[in-house]
Amino acid sequence: MTGTPLRETLESARRGDIRALARLMARAENHGITEADLGAPDVQGRTGAAGTVIGLTGPPGVGKSTFVSCLVAEYRRRGKRVAVLCFDPSSPLTGGALLGDRIRMQEHADDDGVFIRSVASRGHLGGLSVTARAMIATLLAVDFDVVLIETVGAGQSEVEVASVADRTIVVLAPGAGDGIQMAKAGVLEIADLYVVNKADQEGVHTMVRELRAMVALGTRDIPVVTTTAARREGAAEVIAALGTED
Amino acid sequence: MHRVRVVVAKPGLDGHDRGAKVVARALRDAGMEVVYTGLRQTPEQIVRTALEEGADAVGLSLLSGAHMELVPRVLRLLAENDAAEVPVFCGGVIPPEDAVRLVELGVLRVFTSRDTLPDIIEWAHATLRPLEVVE
Repeated sequence: MTGTPLRETLESARRGDIRALARLMARAENHGITEADLGAPDVQGRTGAAGTVIGLTGPPGVGKSTFVSCLVAEYRRRGKRVAVLCFDPSSPLTGGALLGDRIRMQEHADDDGVFIRSVASRGHLGGLSVTARAMIATLLAVDFDVVLIETVGAGQSEVEVASVADRTIVVLAPGAGDGIQMAKAGVLEIADLYVVNKADQEGVHTMVRELRAMVALGTRDIPVVTTTAARREGAAEVIAALGTED
Repeated sequence: MHRVRVVVAKPGLDGHDRGAKVVARALRDAGMEVVYTGLRQTPEQIVRTALEEGADAVGLSLLSGAHMELVPRVLRLLAENDAAEVPVFCGGVIPPEDAVRLVELGVLRVFTSRDTLPDIIEWAHATLRPLEVVE
Protein backbone atom coordinates (compact mmCIF):
# COMPACT_ATOMS: atom_id res chain seq x y z
CA MET A 1 0.00 0.00 0.00
CA THR A 2 2.94 2.37 0.37
CA GLY A 3 6.08 3.18 -1.59
CA THR A 4 6.69 5.00 -4.81
CA PRO A 5 3.17 5.88 -5.93
CA LEU A 6 2.41 7.64 -2.65
CA ARG A 7 5.62 9.66 -2.70
CA GLU A 8 5.11 10.56 -6.35
CA THR A 9 1.58 11.70 -5.61
CA LEU A 10 2.92 13.71 -2.69
CA GLU A 11 5.40 15.46 -4.95
CA SER A 12 2.63 16.33 -7.42
CA ALA A 13 0.47 17.63 -4.58
CA ARG A 14 3.36 19.79 -3.35
CA ARG A 15 3.59 21.30 -6.82
CA GLY A 16 -0.04 22.38 -6.52
CA ASP A 17 -1.85 19.49 -8.25
CA ILE A 18 -5.25 19.53 -6.56
CA ARG A 19 -6.26 16.11 -7.86
CA ALA A 20 -3.08 14.59 -6.43
CA LEU A 21 -3.80 16.15 -3.06
CA ALA A 22 -7.42 14.96 -3.18
CA ARG A 23 -6.22 11.42 -3.92
CA LEU A 24 -3.83 11.57 -0.98
CA MET A 25 -6.65 12.76 1.25
CA ALA A 26 -8.84 9.85 0.11
CA ARG A 27 -6.00 7.46 0.81
CA ALA A 28 -5.48 9.03 4.26
CA GLU A 29 -9.18 8.91 5.01
CA ASN A 30 -9.90 5.40 3.82
CA HIS A 31 -6.69 3.54 4.57
CA GLY A 32 -4.68 5.85 6.79
CA ILE A 33 -1.32 7.44 6.12
CA THR A 34 1.39 7.73 8.73
CA GLU A 35 3.84 10.56 9.15
CA ALA A 36 6.53 8.02 8.22
CA ASP A 37 4.75 7.28 4.89
CA LEU A 38 4.89 11.00 4.17
CA GLY A 39 8.37 11.60 5.52
CA ALA A 40 6.71 14.28 7.66
CA PRO A 41 7.04 15.29 11.30
CA ASP A 42 4.73 13.78 13.91
CA VAL A 43 1.47 15.77 14.12
CA GLN A 44 1.46 15.72 17.90
CA GLY A 45 5.14 16.41 18.45
CA ARG A 46 5.81 19.10 15.86
CA THR A 47 7.71 22.28 16.34
CA GLY A 48 6.28 25.53 15.00
CA ALA A 49 8.10 25.38 11.68
CA ALA A 50 5.78 22.83 10.09
CA GLY A 51 2.58 24.85 9.91
CA THR A 52 0.00 25.79 12.50
CA VAL A 53 -2.98 23.56 13.28
CA ILE A 54 -5.96 25.38 14.76
CA GLY A 55 -8.96 23.44 16.04
CA LEU A 56 -12.43 24.96 16.29
CA THR A 57 -15.20 23.33 18.21
CA GLY A 58 -18.50 24.31 19.79
CA PRO A 59 -22.21 23.56 19.70
CA PRO A 60 -24.13 23.30 16.41
CA GLY A 61 -25.42 26.59 15.05
CA VAL A 62 -23.05 29.02 16.79
CA GLY A 63 -21.49 30.01 13.46
CA LYS A 64 -18.37 27.86 13.39
CA SER A 65 -18.30 27.47 9.61
CA THR A 66 -18.97 31.14 8.97
CA PHE A 67 -16.23 32.04 11.44
CA VAL A 68 -13.82 29.58 9.79
CA SER A 69 -14.49 31.33 6.48
CA CYS A 70 -13.64 34.67 8.14
CA LEU A 71 -10.40 33.24 9.52
CA VAL A 72 -9.48 31.89 6.08
CA ALA A 73 -10.03 35.36 4.58
CA GLU A 74 -7.83 36.99 7.22
CA TYR A 75 -5.02 34.43 6.83
CA ARG A 76 -5.21 34.85 3.05
CA ARG A 77 -4.91 38.62 3.50
CA ARG A 78 -1.64 37.84 5.30
CA GLY A 79 -0.45 35.68 2.41
CA LYS A 80 -0.81 32.30 4.17
CA ARG A 81 -1.80 29.11 2.38
CA VAL A 82 -4.74 27.65 4.24
CA ALA A 83 -6.32 24.19 4.40
CA VAL A 84 -9.65 23.47 6.08
CA LEU A 85 -10.95 20.11 7.28
CA CYS A 86 -14.61 20.37 8.22
CA PHE A 87 -16.27 17.44 9.99
CA ASP A 88 -19.96 16.60 9.98
CA PRO A 89 -21.70 13.53 11.40
CA SER A 90 -22.46 10.35 9.48
CA SER A 91 -25.95 8.88 9.76
CA PRO A 92 -26.00 6.11 12.36
CA LEU A 93 -28.73 4.43 10.27
CA THR A 94 -27.32 4.44 6.73
CA GLY A 95 -23.69 5.54 7.10
CA GLY A 96 -24.38 8.35 4.64
CA ALA A 97 -23.65 11.98 5.40
CA LEU A 98 -24.73 15.42 4.28
CA LEU A 99 -21.65 17.60 4.50
CA GLY A 100 -22.78 21.20 4.59
CA ASP A 101 -20.07 23.24 6.33
CA ARG A 102 -18.56 24.16 3.01
CA ILE A 103 -21.62 26.19 1.99
CA ARG A 104 -20.37 28.99 4.29
CA MET A 105 -16.88 28.85 2.78
CA GLN A 106 -17.54 28.84 -0.96
CA GLU A 107 -16.20 32.39 -1.38
CA HIS A 108 -12.79 30.66 -1.20
CA ALA A 109 -13.65 27.89 -3.67
CA ASP A 110 -11.71 29.38 -6.56
CA ASP A 111 -8.70 30.54 -4.54
CA ASP A 112 -5.61 28.44 -5.32
CA GLY A 113 -4.21 29.20 -1.86
CA VAL A 114 -7.12 27.50 -0.08
CA PHE A 115 -7.97 23.79 0.08
CA ILE A 116 -11.23 22.75 1.74
CA ARG A 117 -12.18 19.15 2.44
CA SER A 118 -15.42 17.98 4.05
CA VAL A 119 -15.13 14.86 6.18
CA ALA A 120 -17.80 12.55 7.59
CA SER A 121 -17.28 11.28 11.14
CA ARG A 122 -18.18 7.70 10.07
CA GLY A 123 -19.44 6.74 13.48
CA HIS A 124 -16.44 8.00 15.37
CA LEU A 125 -17.27 9.87 18.57
CA GLY A 126 -15.10 12.73 19.77
CA GLY A 127 -15.80 15.35 17.11
CA LEU A 128 -13.42 14.18 14.37
CA SER A 129 -12.96 10.86 12.54
CA VAL A 130 -10.70 7.85 13.01
CA THR A 131 -8.26 9.02 10.35
CA ALA A 132 -8.37 12.76 11.11
CA ARG A 133 -4.76 12.75 12.21
CA ALA A 134 -3.64 11.13 8.94
CA MET A 135 -5.50 13.80 6.99
CA ILE A 136 -3.92 16.60 9.03
CA ALA A 137 -0.45 15.06 8.58
CA THR A 138 -1.05 14.97 4.82
CA LEU A 139 -2.00 18.65 4.68
CA LEU A 140 1.08 19.59 6.72
CA ALA A 141 3.23 17.48 4.42
CA VAL A 142 2.13 19.56 1.43
CA ASP A 143 3.23 22.69 3.23
CA PHE A 144 0.04 24.52 4.15
CA ASP A 145 0.88 27.34 6.55
CA VAL A 146 -2.35 27.00 8.48
CA VAL A 147 -4.65 23.98 8.87
CA LEU A 148 -8.08 24.77 10.34
CA ILE A 149 -10.03 21.86 11.83
CA GLU A 150 -13.75 22.37 12.36
CA THR A 151 -15.25 19.59 14.49
CA VAL A 152 -18.68 18.07 14.33
CA GLY A 153 -21.08 20.34 16.24
CA ALA A 154 -19.96 19.44 19.73
CA GLY A 155 -21.84 18.73 22.91
CA GLN A 156 -19.78 18.57 26.06
CA SER A 157 -17.36 15.70 25.49
CA GLU A 158 -15.96 16.23 21.99
CA VAL A 159 -12.48 17.11 23.18
CA GLU A 160 -10.37 15.10 20.73
CA VAL A 161 -9.48 18.12 18.58
CA ALA A 162 -7.23 19.48 21.32
CA SER A 163 -4.90 16.48 20.93
CA VAL A 164 -4.14 17.28 17.27
CA ALA A 165 -4.29 21.09 17.29
CA ASP A 166 -1.64 23.59 18.34
CA ARG A 167 -4.42 25.89 19.51
CA THR A 168 -8.05 25.08 20.23
CA ILE A 169 -10.79 27.66 19.90
CA VAL A 170 -14.15 26.98 21.53
CA VAL A 171 -16.81 28.93 19.65
CA LEU A 172 -19.98 29.86 21.52
CA ALA A 173 -22.92 32.16 20.90
CA PRO A 174 -25.15 34.12 23.27
CA GLY A 175 -27.94 32.22 24.93
CA ALA A 176 -25.98 29.02 25.57
CA GLY A 177 -26.69 28.75 29.29
CA ASP A 178 -25.89 30.19 32.66
CA GLY A 179 -22.88 29.98 34.99
CA ILE A 180 -23.49 26.33 35.88
CA GLN A 181 -23.12 25.32 32.22
CA MET A 182 -19.86 27.22 32.21
CA ALA A 183 -18.57 25.38 35.28
CA LYS A 184 -19.16 21.91 33.86
CA ALA A 185 -16.24 19.81 32.72
CA GLY A 186 -15.58 18.91 29.09
CA VAL A 187 -15.35 20.95 25.94
CA LEU A 188 -14.92 24.28 27.77
CA GLU A 189 -11.80 22.94 29.49
CA ILE A 190 -9.83 22.35 26.30
CA ALA A 191 -10.00 25.95 25.06
CA ASP A 192 -6.94 28.09 24.50
CA LEU A 193 -9.33 30.82 23.43
CA TYR A 194 -13.06 31.43 23.65
CA VAL A 195 -14.83 33.08 20.77
CA VAL A 196 -18.29 34.43 21.49
CA ASN A 197 -19.74 34.75 18.01
CA LYS A 198 -22.94 36.55 16.99
CA ALA A 199 -21.80 39.47 19.12
CA ASP A 200 -24.56 41.60 17.60
CA GLN A 201 -27.14 39.53 19.47
CA GLU A 202 -28.66 40.07 22.86
CA GLY A 203 -26.94 38.37 25.77
CA VAL A 204 -23.37 38.70 24.56
CA HIS A 205 -22.22 40.76 27.55
CA THR A 206 -23.67 38.27 30.03
CA MET A 207 -21.98 35.41 28.24
CA VAL A 208 -18.59 37.13 28.14
CA ARG A 209 -18.89 38.04 31.83
CA GLU A 210 -19.71 34.47 32.84
CA LEU A 211 -16.90 33.03 30.73
CA ARG A 212 -14.42 35.46 32.28
CA ALA A 213 -15.69 34.58 35.75
CA MET A 214 -15.14 30.89 34.98
CA VAL A 215 -11.65 31.57 33.62
CA ALA A 216 -10.81 33.50 36.80
CA LEU A 217 -11.50 30.39 38.87
CA GLY A 218 -8.98 28.36 36.88
CA THR A 219 -5.21 28.33 36.61
CA ARG A 220 -4.84 29.32 32.94
CA ASP A 221 -5.58 32.76 31.53
CA ILE A 222 -7.84 32.02 28.57
CA PRO A 223 -8.78 35.05 26.44
CA VAL A 224 -12.39 35.71 25.47
CA VAL A 225 -12.90 37.44 22.11
CA THR A 226 -16.21 38.53 20.58
CA THR A 227 -16.84 38.21 16.85
CA THR A 228 -19.63 38.77 14.36
CA ALA A 229 -18.55 36.35 11.64
CA ALA A 230 -21.54 37.06 9.39
CA ARG A 231 -20.26 40.66 9.17
CA ARG A 232 -16.64 39.49 9.01
CA GLU A 233 -15.73 41.16 12.28
CA GLY A 234 -13.20 39.80 14.74
CA ALA A 235 -10.91 37.43 12.81
CA ALA A 236 -7.81 39.64 13.17
CA GLU A 237 -8.40 39.99 16.92
CA VAL A 238 -8.76 36.21 17.24
CA ILE A 239 -5.51 35.56 15.37
CA ALA A 240 -3.73 38.11 17.57
CA ALA A 241 -5.11 36.44 20.71
CA LEU A 242 -3.97 32.99 19.53
CA GLY A 243 -0.38 34.17 19.72
CA THR A 244 0.76 31.99 16.80
CA GLU A 245 1.82 34.83 14.50
CA ASP A 246 5.24 36.47 14.61
CA MET B 1 -13.92 1.76 3.62
CA HIS B 2 -14.44 4.16 0.75
CA ARG B 3 -17.94 5.55 0.49
CA VAL B 4 -19.18 7.16 -2.70
CA ARG B 5 -18.73 10.93 -2.44
CA VAL B 6 -21.09 13.12 -4.44
CA VAL B 7 -20.89 16.89 -4.85
CA VAL B 8 -24.37 18.36 -5.33
CA ALA B 9 -24.30 21.89 -6.71
CA LYS B 10 -26.54 24.63 -7.99
CA PRO B 11 -24.84 26.50 -10.82
CA GLY B 12 -26.01 29.92 -11.91
CA LEU B 13 -28.40 32.45 -10.58
CA ASP B 14 -31.64 30.68 -9.74
CA GLY B 15 -32.49 30.59 -6.05
CA HIS B 16 -34.62 27.46 -5.92
CA ASP B 17 -32.67 24.81 -4.06
CA ARG B 18 -35.40 22.53 -2.80
CA GLY B 19 -34.73 19.94 -5.50
CA ALA B 20 -30.99 19.96 -4.82
CA LYS B 21 -31.56 19.56 -1.10
CA VAL B 22 -34.06 16.73 -1.54
CA VAL B 23 -31.67 14.84 -3.82
CA ALA B 24 -28.74 15.50 -1.46
CA ARG B 25 -30.77 14.14 1.42
CA ALA B 26 -31.88 11.11 -0.59
CA LEU B 27 -28.31 10.25 -1.55
CA ARG B 28 -27.30 10.61 2.09
CA ASP B 29 -30.07 8.16 3.01
CA ALA B 30 -28.72 5.86 0.30
CA GLY B 31 -25.45 5.72 2.27
CA MET B 32 -23.40 8.20 0.27
CA GLU B 33 -21.33 11.13 1.52
CA VAL B 34 -22.82 14.21 -0.06
CA VAL B 35 -21.14 17.61 -0.16
CA TYR B 36 -23.67 20.35 -0.87
CA THR B 37 -22.22 23.62 -2.18
CA GLY B 38 -25.23 25.87 -1.69
CA LEU B 39 -26.74 28.29 -4.17
CA ARG B 40 -25.40 30.42 -6.99
CA GLN B 41 -22.14 28.67 -7.78
CA THR B 42 -20.01 29.34 -10.81
CA PRO B 43 -18.84 26.35 -12.88
CA GLU B 44 -15.31 27.21 -11.68
CA GLN B 45 -16.35 26.97 -8.03
CA ILE B 46 -18.17 23.70 -8.64
CA VAL B 47 -15.28 22.04 -10.44
CA ARG B 48 -12.75 23.23 -7.88
CA THR B 49 -15.03 21.86 -5.14
CA ALA B 50 -15.35 18.52 -6.94
CA LEU B 51 -11.56 18.27 -7.27
CA GLU B 52 -10.85 19.22 -3.65
CA GLU B 53 -13.52 16.92 -2.29
CA GLY B 54 -12.42 13.99 -4.42
CA ALA B 55 -15.93 13.68 -5.86
CA ASP B 56 -16.90 10.35 -7.39
CA ALA B 57 -19.77 12.17 -9.12
CA VAL B 58 -21.17 15.68 -9.54
CA GLY B 59 -24.91 16.35 -9.46
CA LEU B 60 -26.14 19.66 -10.90
CA SER B 61 -29.57 21.13 -10.28
CA LEU B 62 -30.75 23.83 -12.69
CA LEU B 63 -34.10 25.55 -12.96
CA SER B 64 -32.89 28.76 -14.54
CA GLY B 65 -32.93 27.73 -18.20
CA ALA B 66 -29.19 28.29 -18.44
CA HIS B 67 -28.35 24.57 -18.47
CA MET B 68 -27.00 24.59 -22.04
CA GLU B 69 -24.45 27.22 -20.96
CA LEU B 70 -23.51 26.04 -17.51
CA VAL B 71 -23.49 22.24 -17.77
CA PRO B 72 -21.15 22.06 -20.80
CA ARG B 73 -18.89 24.52 -19.02
CA VAL B 74 -18.66 22.22 -15.99
CA LEU B 75 -17.86 19.28 -18.31
CA ARG B 76 -15.19 21.31 -20.08
CA LEU B 77 -13.56 22.48 -16.84
CA LEU B 78 -13.50 18.92 -15.50
CA ALA B 79 -11.81 17.76 -18.70
CA GLU B 80 -9.31 20.63 -18.56
CA ASN B 81 -8.43 19.55 -15.03
CA ASP B 82 -7.80 15.95 -16.06
CA ALA B 83 -11.02 14.87 -14.36
CA ALA B 84 -13.21 13.93 -17.32
CA GLU B 85 -13.87 10.54 -15.74
CA VAL B 86 -15.90 12.12 -12.91
CA PRO B 87 -19.51 11.44 -13.92
CA VAL B 88 -21.91 14.39 -14.08
CA PHE B 89 -25.67 14.05 -13.69
CA CYS B 90 -28.29 16.80 -13.82
CA GLY B 91 -31.80 17.50 -12.80
CA GLY B 92 -34.26 20.34 -13.01
CA VAL B 93 -36.30 21.96 -15.73
CA ILE B 94 -34.57 20.60 -18.81
CA PRO B 95 -36.49 20.08 -22.08
CA PRO B 96 -36.13 16.58 -23.63
CA GLU B 97 -34.21 17.82 -26.69
CA ASP B 98 -31.72 19.60 -24.41
CA ALA B 99 -31.40 16.46 -22.30
CA VAL B 100 -30.44 14.48 -25.41
CA ARG B 101 -27.86 17.07 -26.34
CA LEU B 102 -26.40 17.15 -22.80
CA VAL B 103 -26.00 13.37 -22.83
CA GLU B 104 -24.25 13.63 -26.20
CA LEU B 105 -21.90 16.16 -24.63
CA GLY B 106 -21.01 13.74 -21.84
CA VAL B 107 -23.61 14.07 -19.08
CA LEU B 108 -24.23 10.60 -17.70
CA ARG B 109 -27.91 11.09 -16.93
CA VAL B 110 -30.51 13.88 -16.95
CA PHE B 111 -33.36 13.56 -14.47
CA THR B 112 -36.63 15.39 -14.96
CA SER B 113 -39.73 15.95 -12.86
CA ARG B 114 -41.03 12.60 -14.14
CA ASP B 115 -38.29 10.74 -12.27
CA THR B 116 -39.05 9.80 -8.70
CA LEU B 117 -36.64 9.90 -5.79
CA PRO B 118 -36.48 6.07 -5.69
CA ASP B 119 -35.54 6.19 -9.41
CA ILE B 120 -32.64 8.50 -8.63
CA ILE B 121 -31.45 6.41 -5.68
CA GLU B 122 -31.68 3.17 -7.66
CA TRP B 123 -29.69 4.75 -10.49
CA ALA B 124 -27.07 6.10 -8.07
CA HIS B 125 -26.65 2.70 -6.41
CA ALA B 126 -26.33 0.92 -9.72
CA THR B 127 -24.05 3.46 -11.36
CA LEU B 128 -21.85 5.43 -8.98
CA ARG B 129 -18.62 3.87 -7.70
CA PRO B 130 -15.62 5.19 -5.82
CA LEU B 131 -12.97 6.38 -8.28
CA GLU B 132 -9.34 5.40 -7.85
CA VAL B 133 -7.25 6.05 -4.77
CA VAL B 134 -3.49 6.13 -4.23
CA GLU B 135 -1.98 2.72 -3.54
